[in-house]
Amino acid sequence: MLNIPTWKRVVIWALCVLGLLLAMPNAFYSRVEGHNDAVKAIELAGETPDRLSAKAAWPEWLPSGLVNLGLDLRGGAHLLAEVQVEDVYAERMDALWPEMRDALREVRASIGTIRRQDSDAPDELRVRISRPEGMETALVTVRALARPITTLTGVGSSDIEVRGEGDEVVITLSEAERAATDSRTLQQSLEIVRRRVDEVGTREPTILRQGNDRILIQVPGIGSADELKSLIGTTARLTFHPVVGRADSADQPAGPNNFILPDMTDTGVFYILEKTAVVSGEELTDAQPAFDQNGRPSVTFRFNPTGARKFGQYTAENVGSPFAIMLDDEVISAPVIQEAIPGGSGQITGNFTIEESTELAVLLRAGALPAELVFLEERTIGPELGADSIEAGKIASLVAFSAVLVFMALSYGWFGILANIALLINVGLIFGLLSAIGATLTLPGIAGIVLTIGMAVDANVLVFERIREELKTARGPARAIELGYEKALSAILDANITTFITATILFMLGAGPVRGFAVTLGLGILTSVFTAIFVTRIMIVMWMERRRPRTLEV
Amino acid sequence: MRLKLVPSETDWNFFAAARVTFGASLVAMVLSVALFFVMGLNFGIDFRGGTTIRTESIRPVDVGAYRNALAALDLGDVSISEVFDPGFGPDKNVAQVRIQAQTGEESVTPETIAAVAAALQQIDPSISFPSIESVGPKVSGELVRTAIMAVTLALAAVLFYIWLRFEWQFALGAVAALVHDVILTIGVFAAFQIRFDLAIIAALLTIVGYSLNDTVVVFDRVRENLRKYKKPALKKVLNLSINETLSRTVMTSLTTLLALFALFVLGGDVIRGFVFAMIWGILVGTYSSVFVASNILLMLGVKRDWSKNDDGGAGTQFANVDA
Repeated sequence: MLNIPTWKRVVIWALCVLGLLLAMPNAFYSRVEGHNDAVKAIELAGETPDRLSAKAAWPEWLPSGLVNLGLDLRGGAHLLAEVQVEDVYAERMDALWPEMRDALREVRASIGTIRRQDSDAPDELRVRISRPEGMETALVTVRALARPITTLTGVGSSDIEVRGEGDEVVITLSEAERAATDSRTLQQSLEIVRRRVDEVGTREPTILRQGNDRILIQVPGIGSADELKSLIGTTARLTFHPVVGRADSADQPAGPNNFILPDMTDTGVFYILEKTAVVSGEELTDAQPAFDQNGRPSVTFRFNPTGARKFGQYTAENVGSPFAIMLDDEVISAPVIQEAIPGGSGQITGNFTIEESTELAVLLRAGALPAELVFLEERTIGPELGADSIEAGKIASLVAFSAVLVFMALSYGWFGILANIALLINVGLIFGLLSAIGATLTLPGIAGIVLTIGMAVDANVLVFERIREELKTARGPARAIELGYEKALSAILDANITTFITATILFMLGAGPVRGFAVTLGLGILTSVFTAIFVTRIMIVMWMERRRPRTLEV
Repeated sequence: MRLKLVPSETDWNFFAAARVTFGASLVAMVLSVALFFVMGLNFGIDFRGGTTIRTESIRPVDVGAYRNALAALDLGDVSISEVFDPGFGPDKNVAQVRIQAQTGEESVTPETIAAVAAALQQIDPSISFPSIESVGPKVSGELVRTAIMAVTLALAAVLFYIWLRFEWQFALGAVAALVHDVILTIGVFAAFQIRFDLAIIAALLTIVGYSLNDTVVVFDRVRENLRKYKKPALKKVLNLSINETLSRTVMTSLTTLLALFALFVLGGDVIRGFVFAMIWGILVGTYSSVFVASNILLMLGVKRDWSKNDDGGAGTQFANVDA
């Protein structure tokens, strides 16, 4: 038992050294952070003297992984957004309509005239046919438009469900298609949120999918959640619609397939627009802030070839009539088409400030959100509060640490000091592991470390107490130490495994700071068991080999 | 010279006053449950939705003036409390303003927050807002469910593990001790109306883990002693085991408490509630592993034949783990 083979000694010490090496960058936090930022910046934007010197501040061959600081320690904004996935259904139905209309017109002989009806449910398309006896033909015709679904879960089903209700054909999305659409919508939203946050260029934003329809966004260093919200919460859906007429209020009847929208700048002015858009923002390839011929801030945009063709064709056919540029349920402007616009580029002039036009250009470039975001949770933590928390956490940890060290040394003498060295290694290992897996340290996480400091000595205490007991009966110190470790082991493992179970459950179910706590607690258990049963033991064994004491006091 | 908190040989009878200690535990639990229902918990926004705004100012906090300023905004239930911390200087005065979830809104709108900020700035121009947190009712509902699930799951997992490694009587004893600790902690939170938020759930689960740690160490010794002493009464074996592990129990509780007290005093006000829950939990947890878990074990009785051959080797699985 007291003969530990050389290879085991090497492995144990090597693990300690590795852990401490990984932890080391955290001791030089700002310097390493500067180095990491510089490396990233050089990769993106090339070398400058400043960046090079920041990069040189930390040697390349040393590990440079750092523990991320959570929002509560660094300050920043946290948002939990729910993507309104249903928004997309209505749009799907609108997009389906032209195709359906054309198909039904071909069988006009048996079904008569067709007319789209307004529907209460947004994800329903209702078409009235004037000859109900032709319903069967209509249903067959519409069903022929259904496409099979290609996702894994939806195999065998098609994207739409069609049924007849009196003289109306009702088309809805199938369950499988909804699921597929939802997942696509969330994926797109995630991507667009990421692009928008990246455009602002802050450090290490966290953008994560949560569940089926939620996105978690954490951006350190941003002033407030509001700022972040206005950046990512705007749908920024740009569409171009034919204008049917003007109106004085939003309540006026718009007629089927039309809708009424307010003007962005002139209150009291409303436009009646056709539901089906001519071109939409998805077909933009670029948008830049600019000034129009009168020197007012504006945004120039360019369409991709398909968009350009549609736009060119529409403007050619409708010279002299107005069309509306619409952004998120408001009409930016409704100019009259002076001439055909074939080049696929144009300029939006509204009543913008320079900031607004810049932001609009950013939003248009990053793309529109496919659906609205509703914010369920938002938190802003000021950087000073974070700095205070770090400071308090640091002091508290140091005091806690010293108290435990002194207490252990007083209680167990030389063995206590060995345990203290192991405890120092233990804390180093926790930080090493945290850096290696890129975990985030939160305030509760610091509490987890402090708690681990308190509890890490437990395994050593168990062993030492046991050695004391064995010293009373056993034949000499070596045997007592051997028995002490042997007999304390099951208690150590049982106790730590049960705590580890709770840490795991916390990690699985917890959110945000609680999760940070679970991570440090769980890692702390692993490292403390390791240091207690391997590191302390190896130190005791080495000491025994050198001194060969005849008696032992623990 | 060693610091010894517990004499190296003790033969204290922990069951002498079993009726009193067990009765006291029962009374405390009933009282906690009663407090929970009568006073309720002071739930933070994590669990009931709403907004908390932390204010900081060089002027002393005037809760009454704050309240009057906000009353005009008609925000429903608004609670304002001053925050104290030894770390704050004389020109750092912190308060916490909590606004209930506004009907029909998932999270409080920027307009509401701007209105609150403006109202407070009117009475104290130097005021600033280091943190603003807002949780919608949808999320808070879910957080409540997850929290309850987390605690229940943790208890179930532990019950299962101990049953696997020991015997079912041990598992029941351990879980009874845990339930005791959790209930008493909730009782204290109800009694002192300390803010109960998500972090407290983490603290509760840590208490579960810690108390378990203690209980398992005692039980491990009980198991060992049951193998060693086949004849003496169970009560005697239990008492012996508690005495033998007493020194360790006290040592570990003390080191942990030392660390936590440092955090409580110096760790800042943000996590003080969290640390308080832990300190209380460790006190109760240490008590319960000695007085509650063992008492339950004594009541349930336990298999006496622990000879290694006939038993699947419960508790010996790790015996050959070696450095």
